Amino acid sequence: MKEIMTAKNVKLSYGNFEALHGIDLDFPEKRLTALIGPSGCGKSTFLRCLNRMNDDITGVKISGDIRFNGKDIYSPKMDLVALRKHVGMVFQQPTPFPFSVYDNVAYGLRIAGVKDKKLIEQRVEESLKQAAIWDETKDNLKRNAQAFSGGQQQRICIARTLAIRPEVVLLDEPTSALDPISSMEIEKTLMSLKHKYTFIMVTHNLQQASRVADQVAFLMNGNLIETGPTEKMFISPKNKVTSNYLNGRFG
Amino acid sequence: MHEIFLDELKKLNEEFMEMGVYVNDQIDQATRAFVDHDKKAAQSMVDDQEKVPKESLRIQKKALELMALQQPVATDFRIVISILKAVTDLERIGENALSIALETIRVKGNARIEPVEDTISEMTHNVRHMLIKVLTAYVQDDKKMARDVDNNHNGIYSDYIKARKLIVKGVEKNPDTAVAASSYFVVIRLLERISDHIVNIASWVIYKTTGKLTELIDPNDAL
Repeated sequence: MKEIMTAKNVKLSYGNFEALHGIDLDFPEKRLTALIGPSGCGKSTFLRCLNRMNDDITGVKISGDIRFNGKDIYSPKMDLVALRKHVGMVFQQPTPFPFSVYDNVAYGLRIAGVKDKKLIEQRVEESLKQAAIWDETKDNLKRNAQAFSGGQQQRICIARTLAIRPEVVLLDEPTSALDPISSMEIEKTLMSLKHKYTFIMVTHNLQQASRVADQVAFLMNGNLIETGPTEKMFISPKNKVTSNYLNGRFG
Repeated sequence: MHEIFLDELKKLNEEFMEMGVYVNDQIDQATRAFVDHDKKAAQSMVDDQEKVPKESLRIQKKALELMALQQPVATDFRIVISILKAVTDLERIGENALSIALETIRVKGNARIEPVEDTISEMTHNVRHMLIKVLTAYVQDDKKMARDVDNNHNGIYSDYIKARKLIVKGVEKNPDTAVAASSYFVVIRLLERISDHIVNIASWVIYKTTGKLTELIDPNDAL
């Protein structure tokens, strides 16, 4: 299977504090990888390295090698806008812009210079359908996206990310601000999309990881402790500490 | 919270072991009663026959509760699942021991074949040794020891073949032993079945320690 993103010896420090101590982790294409670990273990920091979201933090130093489709994303030649077009992101809190559903989903396409109204219309519909929010928005496309429920807003945000046809979608605890029913809707959405896109998801919800992920990576104190297929991680992980974490002994 | 779970798990493990030791005594008591023609001892086992299934049910109920309420994964999941599976094998062993006790009551007063009874005693000794071994492997998470139980199983099978030959020989020599012989066949078959269940428990020890499901008994080996 093709590895769409690869990370080798990724280290990150904020000033004198080293938050990631050298992470090696590869991401197979069109699979969902869950990053799990106790709070402060570095999983979100690592996730944000994958589309260079940490670049602007003052005092941050990142080393190692992260490649997207074989290209070094930290190379000076890398076009950041192009990278983020291919590697999209969905955040913990739904972040719809304060305008209509339609304009939210069309936003990225317009920024990318797409002028063809028909194409935009088509993409908006397709993306809302993919994010499983079409039925709930098709009659209200002009309504302000912020007027929808949290779960619906998050699916609108997923649709907005999908509209520019990324190859990889980074999800930073996408359901932690949502109620269980909305979370389930998002999980269903991810399950139906994971054969089309590569997802890399940080989650604190271990059962969610076991339900939707194909691969799980367990991080602790800035180190990758163990990674493997989800069944293997949840039934027979190599490390005792992985089993202890999965059973909620700490974290 | 997790201390409570670990405590519950520890208790469950202890109860499983206690049941194992009890069932092991049952095998001894049943075959001893059979060989000693002790109908009274056999009857007391029959009187106590509810104990093993009750205990098994209790352990299963507890294990299911832990699964539903605590949702263990990884190592903890394997511990609970292996108890849940292995306890039914222990229960079957108890049932087989009880059947041996019932044969004691049935055969009492008929002409016997001594060499067969000696072999049954020997076979019982070996089966009990196997059960102790698998329980030890269980406690010590010793997958090597669990695999070795399978080798003992082959020895039990040889005992079984040997006993069958002795039974046939005995009946040829003295046809009056025919009634006892029919019981002997049942008893050696039951002992052999007990050893199959012990091998099943061994495969759960292997699952518990490695996460691998193994078929230790070759399905083509069925008697």
